[in-house]
Parts: sequence; C-alpha cells; structure tokens
Amino acid sequence: MNLFAQALAVARKDLAIELRTKESLNAAGSFAIVILLIFSFAFESFSDEMNEFGGGLLWLVFAFAGALVFNRGFARELPNECLDTLLASPLSAAGLIIGKAFANFAMLLVVELVSLIVFGIFYGIDWLSKGAWLSVVFALATWGVSILGAVFGALTVNLRLRELMLPVIIYPLMIPLLIAAIELTNTVLNQHSVSGQMEWIRVLVASDIVFTTLAWMLADAILVN
Amino acid sequence: MTQAIALDQVWKFYGDYAALRDCTLSVQEGSCCALLGRNGAGKTTLLRILAGLTTFQGGAVSMFGEKPRAEKARRQSGFLGHGIGIYEDLSAAENLHFFARITGSADIRSLTTTWLERVGLTRVASMPVRQFSRGMRQRLALARTFIHSPKILLLDEPFTSLDDRAIAMLSELLVEARQRGATIVLSTHQLREALAVASHVALVENGRLRYTGERTQEMLDDPSLLYRLHTDLGAPQ
Repeated sequence: MNLFAQALAVARKDLAIELRTKESLNAAGSFAIVILLIFSFAFESFSDEMNEFGGGLLWLVFAFAGALVFNRGFARELPNECLDTLLASPLSAAGLIIGKAFANFAMLLVVELVSLIVFGIFYGIDWLSKGAWLSVVFALATWGVSILGAVFGALTVNLRLRELMLPVIIYPLMIPLLIAAIELTNTVLNQHSVSGQMEWIRVLVASDIVFTTLAWMLADAILVN
Repeated sequence: MTQAIALDQVWKFYGDYAALRDCTLSVQEGSCCALLGRNGAGKTTLLRILAGLTTFQGGAVSMFGEKPRAEKARRQSGFLGHGIGIYEDLSAAENLHFFARITGSADIRSLTTTWLERVGLTRVASMPVRQFSRGMRQRLALARTFIHSPKILLLDEPFTSLDDRAIAMLSELLVEARQRGATIVLSTHQLREALAVASHVALVENGRLRYTGERTQEMLDDPSLLYRLHTDLGAPQ
C-alpha cells in the first residue's frame, strides 16, 4: 500500500467519523458564522472598503476555525489507544499525518464554503463570479494550513493544554501562508488580475511543498515516543 | 529454528529512571513467550519497544532481522495493547474494513465478513461500536489484531478483564496462531493462564530479565515457583 493510498484510507476513516459525530464541523462552522456576523455589525457592510480587508477578515476566521478542526484530528485517536494501534500497524507515520491533513483539508474547505456564503450575504460581496481564482487561492492556502495543523496536532496530542498550545504554536508558522492568502484574496475580490501577484502564488506553492516535505520526513520522529 | 525476535543488551530510560536494564532475549519462530512480572516491572515497555511504539537508548532489537519501526516488521506483527484500539463511532464492519485495508490485506470485504462471523458479531456488524457491550468490544479487538494473520503477535495483558467467551476465543486464536507457525510474546501477571499457553517464559523484575527459558511442568504445577527462585521479592501472595 503506497503512501497516498494509506493517507486516503486514514482520511476516509476520519471523514466517516466526522460525518457521524460532526464534532469539528459544528464547532468550526458555527464559530466562523458567529465571528463573521459580529464583524458585520462592527464594520460598514456593503461598502467598497470591504473589498480591501475582506480577505484579511476571511483568513482570520479560517485560521481560528481551523484550530478547532486540527485539535480534533489526533485527539480522535486517543480513546481506546487507537494511535498506538495505528503506529504499530504497517501504516507509515507519514501516511497517518498526510491522511490527517487530507481530512483537515476537506473539513476546512466545507467551513470556508459556509463562511463565503455568509460573507456574501452579510457583506454584500459577489465572490461567485470570481470563483475560479478564489478556488485556486483557497486550495493552495488551505492545504498549507491543513498540513501544519496535522503536524502540530500530532505534536501536541498528548499535552494537557493542547487546545491552547496548538494555536500558539501554529499561528506564527502560518504567517507567510496567511499573508499570501490575504493578499491574493483581496486581489481577487477587488477584480484585479492575479497575474500581477504571482509572487504570492509562489509563496503558497513553496510553503505547501516545504511543509508537506517536512511532514513526510519527520513523521516518524514526531509520532513515535 | 529461526530467531524471530532478538533483544540485545537493551536499555530504556524514562528521564533518569531505567525502565529496562541490559535486557537480552531471544524468541524463536513459532514459540510463545510469556513475559511475567509484577506491575511496573517493565513488561509493557519491552512490548512497546518490540511494537515500535517507543525508542530505546542502548542495545539492539530486531524482528526477523528488521528494526521494529521497519515497515516489513510492522507488516508481520499484530499488537494488542492495554486499549482495544477500535473506533467507537465506526461500526464493527467499518473498523475491521479499515484495519484490513491499512495492513494491506487482500480481499478485504470477505476477510471482514469472515472475522465478523468468527467473533460472533455478524448480527451487529453495522452497529456503532459505542453501542456494544464490553465483551463485544473485546471480541472485535481480537478480530482487529488477528485479521491479517500476523507472523508475530505482541499482546499486552491480553487476558485482563476479558469475559469467559473472549478468554475462550483468545485461547483458541492463540492455539491456531501457533499451529500456523506464528511467534507470540504476551505479557501478563496472570500466571496460570499465561503458563498454560506459553512454550517459553521470561521473568522481568525492576527492568531486568531475571530468568528466560522453556516453560516446564514444575512451573505449571506451581506457578509461583519462578518468583520464589528468581526474584528478590519472593512469590506473589
């Protein structure tokens, strides 16, 4: 069984559990909606200014909501010592972490879609017409955030204060991804051409490659012992 | 006979505390080695090292010539720890299907069906495990451990808190595993059950292997004999 097949098996298992319990999606989705609603009262909605900082607002919400998703990823393996069972099985540690990242990615995309719908309604932003570029930006940035969440979810899984420690550790590391994602999202929302912002696309691609490679190489050291 | 498991002068520290001290053990292919010892003696640590779940600071460990974390070694082994290692929110069938898949088993669907029948869970195959009784969970955990017919079985206190049906099932599975040539290492402080299935015995005390050798008739007749002869603390009361 290759690494990709292993990761898919783990992701399918996690998503099956999530569809049944909806622990992460309910928490992250409702959190995102509430934050967007509160900010809609704080800012002047339906103004042109929203296009200027809409990207920042969205990615702030995704980063906070993401932490709720990432915290559950490895915590799901703690009851009945499932993590030990997985680590003793032929499943590779890299397959496990990348599988968790796949599941994070899928769940975060759902939260992002729900947030975008709420964002469109309460802030009067037409994002549907910019769907193609927005999809590219969201996919690249969400993968980077998801793999970081999986790696540090694994590192913090046995900490008593993991709900606190995980965001404290990953937010500083997310900064390049978030800056690039915010810049690109604002560019797309402002109807400007992304072709003039290719350096930010390169930042996203490079971050994704670096974080995924590090996760793959360090997985055993992260999870064993 | 081929050497299946070899520990050579293994040390394991938790901080300053030496959980295993200079342990050397050889387990031949097809044998069943019972790791005996009181709580905290180092049995679980030794099994966790064999399962590749923890690192060690000195010495060498091999399973069929491979390091415990090597994929080849993990593919050949089945591990049952203190936890049952199954997902509460998945059904029995989904659990077995998932574990059959990640162990690289062929014909996953029929294997799942066979093992559900084997452990008497066919009727509740699609029910979430959280609705299972303790006994049903234990039987599912046994199916999960044995589903890929591992060549090495690492079982940590497998008889503890099993109901009668699960004990009978485990004993039957262990006999079958030995008949097909599997190597078994099981830790326990339940002497009678362990000695009944073991071909070899290793006695652990304070992280040291005090005795290793074949299980004898005298041990069966007097299970506390080993403790009296080979430990400072004497026989368990």
